Amino acid sequence: MTAHASGDKRFKILEAHIKKFQARQDALIEVLHKAQELFGYLEDDLLLFVAHRLKLPPSRVYGVATFYHFFCLKPQGAHTCVVCLGTACYVKGSAKVLAAAEAAAGIKSGETTPDSQLSLLTARCIGACAIAPAVVYDGQVAAKQTPEMVLAQLEKWREPCKATT
Amino acid sequence: MEGTMQGDDLAAIAEKHQGSRRKYCLRTCMSAGCMSSRADAIKKGLDAEVKAQGLEGEVEVRRVGCMGFCGLGPLVGLDGMKEREILFEHVTPEDAPAIIRAVQAKDHGLQVADPDHPFFSKQMRVVRANGGIIDPERIEDYVAANGYRALYHVLTDIRPAEVVEEITRSGLRGRGGAGFPTGLKWGTVAKSPGARKFVVCNGDEGDPGAYMDRSILESDPHLVLEGMAIAAYAVGADQGFLYVRAEYPLAISRLQTAIRQAKQLGLLGGGIFETPFTFNVDIRIGAGAFVCGEETALMASVEGRRGTPRPRPPFPAERGLWGCPTLINNVETFANIVPIINRGAAWYAGIGTERSKGTKVFALTGKVQNNGLIEVPMGITLRQIVEEMGGGAIGGAKVKAVQTGGPSGGCIPAEYLDTSVDYESLTKLGSIMGSGGMVVMDDSTNMVEIARFYMDFCRDESCGKCIPCRAGTVQMFELLEKILSRKATARDIAMLEELCDLVKHTSLCGLGQTAPNPVLSTLRFFRNEYTELLQPEPAGECAASGQ
Ligand SMILES: Cc1cc2nc3c(=O)[nH]c(=O)nc-3n(C[C@H](O)[C@H](O)[C@H](O)COP(=O)(O)O)c2cc1C
Ligand code: SF4
Ligand code: FES
Repeated sequence: MTAHASGDKRFKILEAHIKKFQARQDALIEVLHKAQELFGYLEDDLLLFVAHRLKLPPSRVYGVATFYHFFCLKPQGAHTCVVCLGTACYVKGSAKVLAAAEAAAGIKSGETTPDSQLSLLTARCIGACAIAPAVVYDGQVAAKQTPEMVLAQLEKWREPCKATT
Repeated sequence: MEGTMQGDDLAAIAEKHQGSRRKYCLRTCMSAGCMSSRADAIKKGLDAEVKAQGLEGEVEVRRVGCMGFCGLGPLVGLDGMKEREILFEHVTPEDAPAIIRAVQAKDHGLQVADPDHPFFSKQMRVVRANGGIIDPERIEDYVAANGYRALYHVLTDIRPAEVVEEITRSGLRGRGGAGFPTGLKWGTVAKSPGARKFVVCNGDEGDPGAYMDRSILESDPHLVLEGMAIAAYAVGADQGFLYVRAEYPLAISRLQTAIRQAKQLGLLGGGIFETPFTFNVDIRIGAGAFVCGEETALMASVEGRRGTPRPRPPFPAERGLWGCPTLINNVETFANIVPIINRGAAWYAGIGTERSKGTKVFALTGKVQNNGLIEVPMGITLRQIVEEMGGGAIGGAKVKAVQTGGPSGGCIPAEYLDTSVDYESLTKLGSIMGSGGMVVMDDSTNMVEIARFYMDFCRDESCGKCIPCRAGTVQMFELLEKILSRKATARDIAMLEELCDLVKHTSLCGLGQTAPNPVLSTLRFFRNEYTELLQPEPAGECAASGQ
């Protein structure tokens, strides 16, 4: 039996994950985490698939997916830059770091560049407060960031061939 | 050997593990802070260097959890030297050869931390005793550090009611913010009738600027699991849930490892230590909603629903997960259980003040010289923490205020630095103990901006279920914006204060009830910063329309 009409293998992996939780309805958030990990974001078709497999009304799945900040319903850029705006980072100037990134990328936080290369996001503390301001570049936490450092990283992504380090 | 663990087996594991120890040990911090500065490459470098020099028989390179002084990271500790341990700071992967020279007592030329610095000497490590010492991904390390003895002792020698009594006598209060007496809560769950009961560990740690729980989970996961198991025995539960926020992937993976290893050794699962006691733990991963730290919202989230709070009573202790009696405690609360059982309630009650017992872990961050995690006895003064341990403000600036309790807390001005750190004293100053975030602000900080910052946070995080919080946080935020853009008058401040009062007293859950606190405390202590921004009141409506 194919997991999904499209034949996309990722649905099979998701299916296996759902089985691990015996398709329990209270595992919805766990399943959505896995789905986002596999697909990058939660599109309507995917939410319907989850609703169907957990025998939940689509409204319930959609309601949960939109309630939690961690889930995104739109595709993300090839690279992600998450600037922490928690208190420790804020008092150490993370707002300036974010402003520099926004100006350089020409987008606001929460947006993705038109060429789909970069998503700019913010976080409310990632637990790296002692090395504030912290920025997460493609999942990698970087310590004590300045506007210059974030600009250098964005530049590096833009011209991968010319990168020096 | 699944399910056949006995007390002697613990001793055997510990002994075998001791035998595998080397003369020197290089403890490499592999916690989130240092990992962001290539700690994994440092460990690899050290491993390679030890091998290259043929020192495997003498030197152990150990992955450890957080050592506390995160601001100086990456950190590597060296044990086994003639004098005392050496703590290398700001280590890079290229330093590996120099560190090995240090092991051989040769010149190394590296930066080392001073172990007599108040940052270390004023600490009292109870829940963080193993942090930075043991390998959090090896259960043998925890067992060798006396781990799971408390659980063995409790299961084989003490009745559940006596465990509750012991925790009550210790005077332990919840470390998640509100400071509710832990023994009392356990007693309520134990007495609540129910065919099934649950134990939940709150690892949502939503306070922005705090990472104590993260560090405990990453550095000593078994300590929390053992505490939960003891709690489950005391209240009569057989299933636990550990709710961890998704922002903490390393903590989640270490917990998964810890649960797997504990199951393999029969320390979780059915018939633990050949008693009828059964206990399993599942991890639930949060998804970035601050309100899910609130206990009723957290339970909704564990059940896979939107994390919106519900009115209490009924309290979770009576009706919690799936309607069953449920014990919810914070990570650090559970981490205190094993030391209390091992060393006794009287010992624990001897630490701290009259009404706040034991130690508290704080994340000391912001505009302070020494950033990091500290564990201090209750009753220490803020001044000792900020000035002596923290070394004061950065770059000769003056400390202006200390923020505790995050979005539910307040800013304590420098004049009050001699305040004792305990639940009552901090509440009296319009702040709260909170979960342990302590953000230092210097004289360049604009306190009205700080108030707006927190209101922005609460506005964002309000779940929207009740109107005072949903609409009130937006209104308060807009008033603060108006004040900051110098368009407000004294009337707006009066309105802001009225709204604070309203939201505080009519919101459904703690988020709304405490959202006004940062505004109220800055108004209380830094009112001039608000009034300086005000416009003069227009001289009456008639005068205005007349000309
Ligand atoms: C908005 C809000 C957020 C909270 N966040 C947390 C949290 O992140 N961690 C935590 O342990 N408790 C948090 N609490 C407190 C919990 O509701 C609960 O009191 C606590 O987990 C009980 O554990 P304790 O008695 O061990 O402190 C929060 C409360 C509110 C109102
Ligand atoms: S006070 Fe705020 S967070 Fe709490 S239930 Fe009401 S709207 Fe939701
Ligand atoms: S405030 Fe940014 S990591 Fe905690």
